Amino acid sequence: MKPVRALPAYVLPALAAAVLLAVAVASLFLGRVSLSPAELIAGLGSPQGSLAGLVVTELRLPRAVLAILVGAALGLSGAALQGLLRNPLADPGLLGVSNGAALGAVIAIYFGLQHAFPLSTPLLGLAGAMGAGALTFAFGRGGTLTLILAGAAVSSLMSAFLAMALNFAPSPYAAYEMSVWMLGSLSERSWDHIALAAPFILAGLAILATLGRVVDALALGEAQAESLGFRLDRVRVLALVGVGLAVGAATSVVGSVSFIGLAAPHLVRPFVGYQPSRTLLPSALLGAALLLLADIGTRVIPTNTELRLGVITALLGAPFFFWLVVRLRKVAP
Amino acid sequence: MTGLAASGLAVRRGGRAILDDVAFEIAGGAFVALVGANGAGKSTLLSVLAGLLAPDAGEVSLGGTPLAAMDRRELARRRAYLPQNPRAEWPIATERLVALGMTPHLPAFGGLPGGWEPRLTDAIAAWDLKPQRMQPATTLSGGELARAMLARALIGEPQALIADEPISGLDPAHALDTMQRLQALAAQGKLVVAAMHDLTLAARHATHLMALRDGRVAAFGPTARTLTPDLIHAVFDVEARVTGKGARTVVDYLGLADRGR
Repeated sequence: MKPVRALPAYVLPALAAAVLLAVAVASLFLGRVSLSPAELIAGLGSPQGSLAGLVVTELRLPRAVLAILVGAALGLSGAALQGLLRNPLADPGLLGVSNGAALGAVIAIYFGLQHAFPLSTPLLGLAGAMGAGALTFAFGRGGTLTLILAGAAVSSLMSAFLAMALNFAPSPYAAYEMSVWMLGSLSERSWDHIALAAPFILAGLAILATLGRVVDALALGEAQAESLGFRLDRVRVLALVGVGLAVGAATSVVGSVSFIGLAAPHLVRPFVGYQPSRTLLPSALLGAALLLLADIGTRVIPTNTELRLGVITALLGAPFFFWLVVRLRKVAP
Repeated sequence: MTGLAASGLAVRRGGRAILDDVAFEIAGGAFVALVGANGAGKSTLLSVLAGLLAPDAGEVSLGGTPLAAMDRRELARRRAYLPQNPRAEWPIATERLVALGMTPHLPAFGGLPGGWEPRLTDAIAAWDLKPQRMQPATTLSGGELARAMLARALIGEPQALIADEPISGLDPAHALDTMQRLQALAAQGKLVVAAMHDLTLAARHATHLMALRDGRVAAFGPTARTLTPDLIHAVFDVEARVTGKGARTVVDYLGLADRGR
């Protein structure tokens, strides 16, 4: 029998952090306006003085910071949920909060609020995520299966409202704006967006980071995890609040981004001996790196219309699923 | 002092009494075989004894402290619980699975503190899991998994072990091995309560026998005195013959009893 191999505890987080750093630095250089390293460093030194300075500090840096925050939120939420549900197909959207955020943002666009006040889209998105999370919580108490079912119900309710908003869009342009928003993007996001979303994302990440021991114990099933001293009813609430804050805030600022939360834990798992707690931190780091990479892709792939972030992640996600199926067929008897 | 005491336990589900007025006291050093027909309430009773299910009435205390008043982690350090057919949900290494038993002793973050690593190695050796140490726990055979789960349950040195059918599905050698290990645990002063269906093995290895019928304790006492054809008839509706004594006891089933009588 093939033995379980795992890298030493600090290797993978360090490796993932190094990759993330490299991608983040690269993301500052790559874009529609090409900047030399000298211009970039000079621009960072004197933000107000030059075009390079403006491009770096007002466009690329906030974009990179936001990508890292959102990617980490998706990666960690995916790892925590997969650990909690012991289901490798669990995805951060499972609890209904992403669709809730999308609905809130689309309502803002429906009424044209973003023209009067640009932050109204993420603000209503946040409200939508919290509302959806609260609804999932209200119906999902009692067990893991109940929570998943409640999440699915809330998710489909939110999609129904989303479809309705598109259906009754006040103008074709509003409908176009809504559907484009839902494809996800990091462009035209400012430090204000970060200031709005970061506290929620960081709070969510902090909550999810405490779940290491219990997701490990859940490798023995729910009864044994309970017997080891965990209150699973409380753990489920913690996970819902953590995912709601992190993914809700992330989605309300950048739109729906699939694949990252599902894939990051899968890519990490074989290197940590499948230990659920050890997938958490590397999944957050890798999620951030993946989202940054996808965003770089939207910038450097030459297209007339902006290639949207959610489109790239979806395009990458589908082959990943096929790979997962092929691998599973090899592993399963 | 280790002791498990139950008084006036009742659990009701949808108007039906699953457990009804269950009361007993078990001292450390006892290996109690819990027997009863399917649906008699064995699993429910074990969940209540383990503190995982709050009874609708009555109270369980471990070492004199009511479970309801005990901190969860404290309880987890003092008693171990194994559900029926436990399985590993991720292909983690067997040694990691065993190490999970130390969870209630560990701080909220970080790996195993230095002192625990040798204990893990000892436990792996004591439960004959050396060749399987790094094997994915999902690929262990039934007997290996049963040993790994028992090692997991006992590595934190709890005072009491509560196990739901630990020998179901095991071949004769592994079933015997497990029973001997449970017997040895009790001989060391620990308290073991295990549900099982094999009356011969129960008679040979358990110090005490508790029989449940329809949620009530039909009999409880030292195995040799308690396990009689009359009891088997009363609890299982089966005619049986009990021959031999102690480690040579044999329980033969002669046929279904006439339920009409």
